Amino acid sequence: MALYSEKVMDHFRNPRNVGQIENADGVGEVGNPVCGDIMKIYLKIDGGVITDVKFETFGCGSAIASSSMATELIKGKPLSEALTLTNKAVTEALDGLPAHKLHCSVLAEEAIKAAVKDYYEKNGIAYDPKDFPASCDTCEHCH
Amino acid sequence: MELYLDCAATTKMSRRAIDAMLPYMEEVYGNPSSLYSKGQAAKEALEKARERVAACIGSTAREIYFTSGGSEADNQAIISAAANGAKKDKKHIISTAFEHHAVLHTLKKLEKQGYEVTYLPVGENGIVSVSDVENAIRSDTCLVTVMYANNEIGTIQPIREIGGVCRAKGVTFHTDAVQAAGHIPVDVVKDNIDMLSVSAHKFHGPKGVGALYVRQGVILNSLIEGGAQERGKRAGTENVAGIMGMTAALEDAVSEMDAAGKAIASSRDRLIAGLRSIPYSSLNGDEHKRLPGNVSFCFEGIEGESLLLMLDDLGISASSGSACTSGSLDPSHVLLAIGRVHEVAHGSLRLTTDRPLSDGEIAYTVNSVKGVVERLRAMSPLWHDLENGKRAHIFKEFEK
Ligand SMILES: Cc1ncc(COP(=O)(O)O)c(C=O)c1O
Repeated sequence: MALYSEKVMDHFRNPRNVGQIENADGVGEVGNPVCGDIMKIYLKIDGGVITDVKFETFGCGSAIASSSMATELIKGKPLSEALTLTNKAVTEALDGLPAHKLHCSVLAEEAIKAAVKDYYEKNGIAYDPKDFPASCDTCEHCH
Repeated sequence: MELYLDCAATTKMSRRAIDAMLPYMEEVYGNPSSLYSKGQAAKEALEKARERVAACIGSTAREIYFTSGGSEADNQAIISAAANGAKKDKKHIISTAFEHHAVLHTLKKLEKQGYEVTYLPVGENGIVSVSDVENAIRSDTCLVTVMYANNEIGTIQPIREIGGVCRAKGVTFHTDAVQAAGHIPVDVVKDNIDMLSVSAHKFHGPKGVGALYVRQGVILNSLIEGGAQERGKRAGTENVAGIMGMTAALEDAVSEMDAAGKAIASSRDRLIAGLRSIPYSSLNGDEHKRLPGNVSFCFEGIEGESLLLMLDDLGISASSGSACTSGSLDPSHVLLAIGRVHEVAHGSLRLTTDRPLSDGEIAYTVNSVKGVVERLRAMSPLWHDLENGKRAHIFKEFEK
């Protein structure tokens, strides 16, 4: 049996939406080098819709696959929908992750939220703080 | 190209070892404790094997106890020495920060039972200092346990000198020689060793078989209770076939060690030189005092598990000490012990061989690692921060 599902390996081998966006409308970065994973999401937003998204990830295979899958799931979607993306949805779309790798999908969810929050803040758009729970820095994985 | 570069994890069994085992499964399958000839034939082979294993490490047959592997041998040696120390009110043990978990977790258990353990530092080069051992010995020290060679970074410890110090001070000295036996010369008499652990699967023998050497005069307690096998020190019907496989494999390894060791070390050095051409990389552990087949590196800006998965796609089997591969939240304690900070310890790679690699294989390995490191760095925000100066590099651009 392989460590990861075929889906995970596909997104790991051929990650979608890798890179940066110049003058991105929102950028979110979560994780830290001590833990061994960092995810950075760049968003281009037009009329409340995510018209483009890119990611950069330092981390294990499932971290790279989770960020790739998460970007696919929010590309072309309205912000309101992107904010409802859960780590569970990312995991399911990847046909599952090993239990000790679930935090990678949590990071992906949080990176997207952080990027949206950055967009709201840059543009003075009011938001409900409840939509943006504390970032990964507080999770037990890192501490 | 298919390259198995994880011989420190385990090795392929040699044909000779397999052939040595088969008769003891198909024909001489009797229980060595049985009195009829089928049993006694197995017993005879077992006792002959004990002599042959003893000869490979410079001991006598009655000092060899067969076990289920390196972990069991480590557990038994340490727990036994600790229990016998406690009888004389000696409950202090000296070890190092970078032992294998078979040793470390046993020591942790003893700490919970009231023993005090001193974990000596191993320095940036991954070698424990003899004077540190000497200075750490107290009147209540019952055991010093220092591995012969480290399994992750391959560094070889000054075992003979440490053994000399322990002998002079009357402290029992155990060494986990699982990575050393069959790879570099080990002589329990010259090296002043009281107890030593070996494991067959690290030198082309079968998995699940090992041996514990205990010098005559050193008291050994049993770990597993039951029948009177192994002179009452290790109950359980002997794994005769496995022991025969281990014996054949060890004899081969020892007889080929001189010539093979030199050739493997030279191929190792060429591989190290090649990998050093990757910017912001660094060799883990002393360059010279290391096992002939061990190469271990850290790379800035990348994570080890991704590196392994991509290398696997290129046909290379390797290992890493990153948290993701260790199954814990922290990267390998060995890399932390030699002072690697977390962020580079996550980006480690261990390549271990049992034979000299050809120039073509070395070039393929170096190019594969280089290509994968570049690919991962290209998508790493950590690497981009290092590149644009937002974060300081830890290594020099080129080490040599
Ligand atoms: C240094 C060291 N000690 C002990 C062990 C455990 O040996 P075994 O797998 O035979 O239990 C290993 C192998 O993983 C090792 O490398």
